[in-house]
Amino acid sequence: MNTVLLAADAFSLVKPDPGMAIWALIIFVLLILILGKFGFKPIANSLKERENSIADSLAQAERARAEMASLTAKNEDLLNQAREERNKILAEARDAAEKIKAEILDKAQAESAKKLSDAMREIDTQKKAAIVEIKNTVGQMALQIAEKVVRKDLASDSAQKELVEKLVKETNAN
Amino acid sequence: MKFTSYIRLMIAALMLVSATAAMAQGETKLEKIETTAEREDGNYDPKPAIMEHIADSHEFDILEMAQIPLPCILISKESGVTTFLYAEGKEVNGYKCEEGKIVKEDGAFFLDMSITKNVFTMLLAAIILIVIFTSVAGAYKKNHGKAPKGLQALVEPLFVFIRDDVAKPNIGPKYEAYLPYIMTIFFFILMLNLLGLLPIFPGGANVTGNIAFTMVLAIVAFLAINVSGTKHYWGHIFWMPGVAVPMKLFLAIIEVIGLFTKPIALMVRLFANMTAGHIIVLSLISLIFVFGKAGESMAGSGVGAAIAVPFALFISTIEVLVAFIQAFIFAMLTATFIGLALEDHSEGHHTVD
Repeated sequence: MNTVLLAADAFSLVKPDPGMAIWALIIFVLLILILGKFGFKPIANSLKERENSIADSLAQAERARAEMASLTAKNEDLLNQAREERNKILAEARDAAEKIKAEILDKAQAESAKKLSDAMREIDTQKKAAIVEIKNTVGQMALQIAEKVVRKDLASDSAQKELVEKLVKETNAN
Repeated sequence: MKFTSYIRLMIAALMLVSATAAMAQGETKLEKIETTAEREDGNYDPKPAIMEHIADSHEFDILEMAQIPLPCILISKESGVTTFLYAEGKEVNGYKCEEGKIVKEDGAFFLDMSITKNVFTMLLAAIILIVIFTSVAGAYKKNHGKAPKGLQALVEPLFVFIRDDVAKPNIGPKYEAYLPYIMTIFFFILMLNLLGLLPIFPGGANVTGNIAFTMVLAIVAFLAINVSGTKHYWGHIFWMPGVAVPMKLFLAIIEVIGLFTKPIALMVRLFANMTAGHIIVLSLISLIFVFGKAGESMAGSGVGAAIAVPFALFISTIEVLVAFIQAFIFAMLTATFIGLALEDHSEGHHTVD
């Protein structure tokens, strides 16, 4: 009877119940195993994977930005180089044009000078030829006049006068 | 730095509270379930009702109206395994159901492996956790590479918090092996604490305020801490380097005591905090009956209710906070102790100068 009472009195806040403790141990250990395998491990792995992928993406973005910066710098360099090249080419072209212009001008001047001197010479020869011709013509005319004068009878003074005047007229008319 | 010192202060305060609560319980001897709610002077005695709510039971009581009988599994040397559904006054195979307890008529020892209210609640919490975490793990597979949503978004912050703020900084680089253990401590205690706060079926069982349960957690923690202990750790316990030989012997005694006080502190802290919470809420509710002189005075009951309900609500709200804090502290301290046991020569090595 006494032992029954003791058993009935058994509940105490600070006295662990062995059955409950065994159940708690079984459930707790199984829960660690089950949750560990099917819950926490996959979740932890997924989270880690996601964190890694985010870190990777950030690193990649950083790399891409650095690459972009270097590319821009390179482009700038290339552009500057091209600009210099262009300026050089332009300067060269200008020089060449200047030179060609000067050459052409020189040539043209030389040509025109030659043409002028040729023309002068031509004019000179023509003039000489013309003078020779005039001389010839005048000579002939004088001879003709002289011939006519000699042929006419120079009897009277009046007749002579008349003749001279007529001849002069004729020559003038020529 | 500020955070850790705050945590330390909080832990110290909680230890103090736990110790005083445990001492108070020792003094008041809340041991026996008394069957009479009324005292000899006719006033209401809240103690039996409170004790009944805190204690484990073979029946699940729903608002004092219906009792769901739970299966009893009893093991003894003479009669082997006996199973039956609990019913008051029932006698099976030499066992008798008596006032919520099972007694063996010849008084011999037997092991009570019944699915009691607490065991049922542990199983329920375990099933809820398994369902939650397998579905969340599935969600991670399904939503691969996408932002979390739904239950996954609810669980993820807690999970990441325990991993990054409890396991990683306290255990150190080997934290991953201990992660399932620390996570299970936190989520199992949290789930049981929250279920314990539900006033009706299937909640209300005071599992985390049961000394057997916290004892098991403490034993597992003790094993986890000391099994992972390094040479360095044991060296610091039995033969403290850098001090004189008499001091070494003296410190060895203290350190060996310390081996056991750590898990015992874990055990008592959780038990006392959760039990105290339940007792406070139940005591406040009991005020209604104390003021109402066990139903004789309606006006008294009204006054009691006016006082008790706001206070009970306030304490219940605090208990929700405590449910999280206690789960966190148990996980945090276990992680810290494991981390200390794992620590190697590199840090905190004492030398004589």
